[in-house]
Amino acid sequence: MSQSSALPAEQYNYDIIRRFTIMAMVWAVLGMSVGVYIASELAWPFLNFDIPQLTFGRLRPVHTTLVIFGFGGSALFATSYYIVQRTSQARLAFPWLAEFTFWGWTGGVALGVMTYMMGITQGREYAEFEWPLDIAITLVWVSYFAVYIETLRRRTQPHIYVANWFYLAFILAVALLHIFNNLAVPVSLTKSYSLFSGVQDAMTQWWYGHNAVGFFLTAAFLGMMYYFVPKQAGRPVYSYRLSIIHFWALIFLYMWAGGHHLHWTSLPDWVSTLAATFSVILLMPSWGGMINGIMTLSGAWDKLRSDPVMLFLITSLSFYGMSTFEGPLMSLKSVNALSHYTDWTIGHVHSGALGWVALVSFGSFYHLIPRLWDSKMYSQTLIYVHFWLATIGIVLYITSMWVAGIGQGLMLRSFDDYGNLAYTFIETVEFMHTPYVWRALGGAFFVTGVLVMVYNMAMTIARRQPAAETQLSAKPAQA
Amino acid sequence: MRHEQIETNSGLMLLLILVVISIGGLVEIVPLFYINETVEDVKGEVRPYTPLELRGRDIYVREGCYLCHSQQIRPFRDEWLRYGHYSLAAESQYDHPFQWGSKRTGPDLARVGGKYSNQWQVQHLNAPRSVVPQSIMPNYPWLLQTDLDYSDIVGRMRALRWTGVPYSVTQAEYDRNVKTFGKATADLLDINQAQDNLLKQARDRDFDGNPSRITEMDALVAYLQVLGTMVDFTKYDEGYFARFR
Repeated sequence: MSQSSALPAEQYNYDIIRRFTIMAMVWAVLGMSVGVYIASELAWPFLNFDIPQLTFGRLRPVHTTLVIFGFGGSALFATSYYIVQRTSQARLAFPWLAEFTFWGWTGGVALGVMTYMMGITQGREYAEFEWPLDIAITLVWVSYFAVYIETLRRRTQPHIYVANWFYLAFILAVALLHIFNNLAVPVSLTKSYSLFSGVQDAMTQWWYGHNAVGFFLTAAFLGMMYYFVPKQAGRPVYSYRLSIIHFWALIFLYMWAGGHHLHWTSLPDWVSTLAATFSVILLMPSWGGMINGIMTLSGAWDKLRSDPVMLFLITSLSFYGMSTFEGPLMSLKSVNALSHYTDWTIGHVHSGALGWVALVSFGSFYHLIPRLWDSKMYSQTLIYVHFWLATIGIVLYITSMWVAGIGQGLMLRSFDDYGNLAYTFIETVEFMHTPYVWRALGGAFFVTGVLVMVYNMAMTIARRQPAAETQLSAKPAQA
Repeated sequence: MRHEQIETNSGLMLLLILVVISIGGLVEIVPLFYINETVEDVKGEVRPYTPLELRGRDIYVREGCYLCHSQQIRPFRDEWLRYGHYSLAAESQYDHPFQWGSKRTGPDLARVGGKYSNQWQVQHLNAPRSVVPQSIMPNYPWLLQTDLDYSDIVGRMRALRWTGVPYSVTQAEYDRNVKTFGKATADLLDINQAQDNLLKQARDRDFDGNPSRITEMDALVAYLQVLGTMVDFTKYDEGYFARFR
C-alpha cells in the first residue's frame, strides 16, 4: 500500500464528505416530514388550509425532490467522494470544483422546492425543476463528473473497484436522462413548454422517470452497498464474477423498462410489450446484486446479532430483493391493469425508497460517521431503536398501501348482477381513508427513527474523542 | 476482451457504459417520432387550445392537478362505463407537457369536458366538499379571487409554435390552419389576435359566473370543459382506432 502514515482525515478530503453527510440528514428530516404531512392531507383534507403553498399538488413535488435529490443525492455525493478516494487511494481531484458541487447541489434543491411552492414547475413527475435550475444542475453534474473521473484517473491502484463502476454508470446515465428529458422552450425565467408533446413526451418522461429509479436510486446505491457491506462485514465481496455480470446486465436492461409505466395507454403496444419483457428479465441482475450483497456475510452471520449497522445493511438488501420482485410483477400487463393509477404503486416505490435506499444510506452513514469525525458512535442502543422504528414504519406503510391500492383496483373493476359498475369513484375514496391513516402513522414512525439518528449523530460529533488505534488501520475493501 | 482491460482503464469503461445505456432509449423512443401509426389520423378534429384554454392548462400544471388526476383512459369495460372511449394519442398531440398522470387519487379527467355545468365546476373547485361530501380534494378559493394574468399570452403561444403547435403568425400559416381546421378555429389559433380571442371567449362564455372579472377560474374551467370533447367518435368505424394500437 502506498498509503502514508498520515491519518486518513489528512490524506483524503473528508471535509466535503462531512458536509454532504450533514445535509443528507437535514434533507431527510425535512423531506420525510413533508411526506408525513401530505400523507395526512390525504387522510384529513382540512390540512390543506386553503393556502396555495400547502396544497397537496404543490407539496408533493417538494416531498419527492427533498427525499430523492436532497437526501438521496447528498448521500450519494458523500459516499461516492469517500469511496472514490479510499479505493483509489488518491485525494479528491479539483477541490474547488467539488466545493462547487456542494453549494450548487444544496442551493439547487433549496431553490427548487421554494419555486414549487410558488407554483413554478414543468409539470413532469420527478423533473419539476424549471429550465434555469435545470441548467444549473447540469453544470453541477458536469463538475461532479469531472471531479469523479479525474480522481479515478489519479488512482494509485491498477483496478477500478466495483463500487466505482456503479457510481460512474449513475453519473453518466443521469446526465443523459436529465438533458434529454428537460429539453424545453422557455417563455420566461419561470415558465417553459417541453419540446415534445403527447405520446413522445410521455415516453421520454418515463424513460427518465424509470431510470431515475434505476440509476439514481438503484445503481448508485448498489455502489454504496458494494463498499460498505464488505467493509462492515470485514469480508470480501461474495462473487467478483457475479458483480461483473450483474453490473453490465443491470445498466443495459434498465433503460428498456420505462414503458411499463404506460401500459394500456396511447403508447403503441409494441413499446409497452418490449418494456414489460425487459422488466421481467431485469429481475435477474437485480437479484444478482442482492445475492452478492447478502452472501458477502456468509460465514459471518453472527454479526446480524451483534452489529446493528449490519442489520441495517442486510435488511436494506432484503427490501431491495422484495421490491425488485414486486416491480417485474407489476410490469406485467395483466397485473398492471389493476395496480396502475392506485396506491399499490406508491407502496412499491416506498418499499424501495424507505426499505432499500434509506436503510442502506443509514447503515453506510453509521459506518461512515465515526470515521469522518474520528470518534465512536455515541450510542449503539439508539442504532437499534432507529432500526426498529424504521422497520415498523416501512411495514405499516407498505401493507396499508397494498390494502388501499389493491382494494381500490378491485372495487373500480367490479360489476353488479346487472352488469353495472358496483362502486362509484368516491366510494373508493371513502374506503381508502383508513389505510391512509395507517400510512401516515407508518411514515411518522420512520421520521421518528431518523430523528433518533440525528440525535445520535449530533452527540457523536459533540462528544468526539481522539481516535482509537483501529481507525488508522481501515483499509479499502479488496474486490 | 477480458474484463480486466475494462476495469483498469477508466476511459474505456466510460465509453462502454455510454454505449450500453444508450441502446434501450434509442430503440424505444426514436421510432415514436417516425412511425406514422403512433398518432391516430383524426382528420384535423383535434385542435390546439385557445388562448384562454391554454392559460387554464398552465394553471392546471401550476397547481399540480396531474399528481392526483390522470388524463388517460384505458381500454377496459369499467373505464368505458365510467369515463368513456379510451384516450387516443391524437388527443394529447398538442400537450406540452403531456398530463396523462400516474395516479388516480381522484377520477380521470381525460373526458371531463361537458360532463358537469360550469357552475358545478366553479363550486367544486372552490369548495369540493360542498358538492361531494366525501371528497379529499383541497379547496381552491384563490382561483375565483385572482385576476387572470394574460399579459404574456403571445409569448406563451410563440413558444408553443416553436415546438410545432400550429399557432399562426404569418398569412401562410393562417391559410394552412383554415385548410386543416376551418376558418372559425383558424382565427382562434392566430397569435396576432390572441389577446382579443382570450377576452372574447372569457366574456362570451363567462365560465366563473362573474361577468365583471376575468379570473383564473375562467381559464381553468374553460380548459376542463374542452377536455376530451374534440373527437367525434360516431364518425369512425368500429375497430378503426385499434389499427394504431
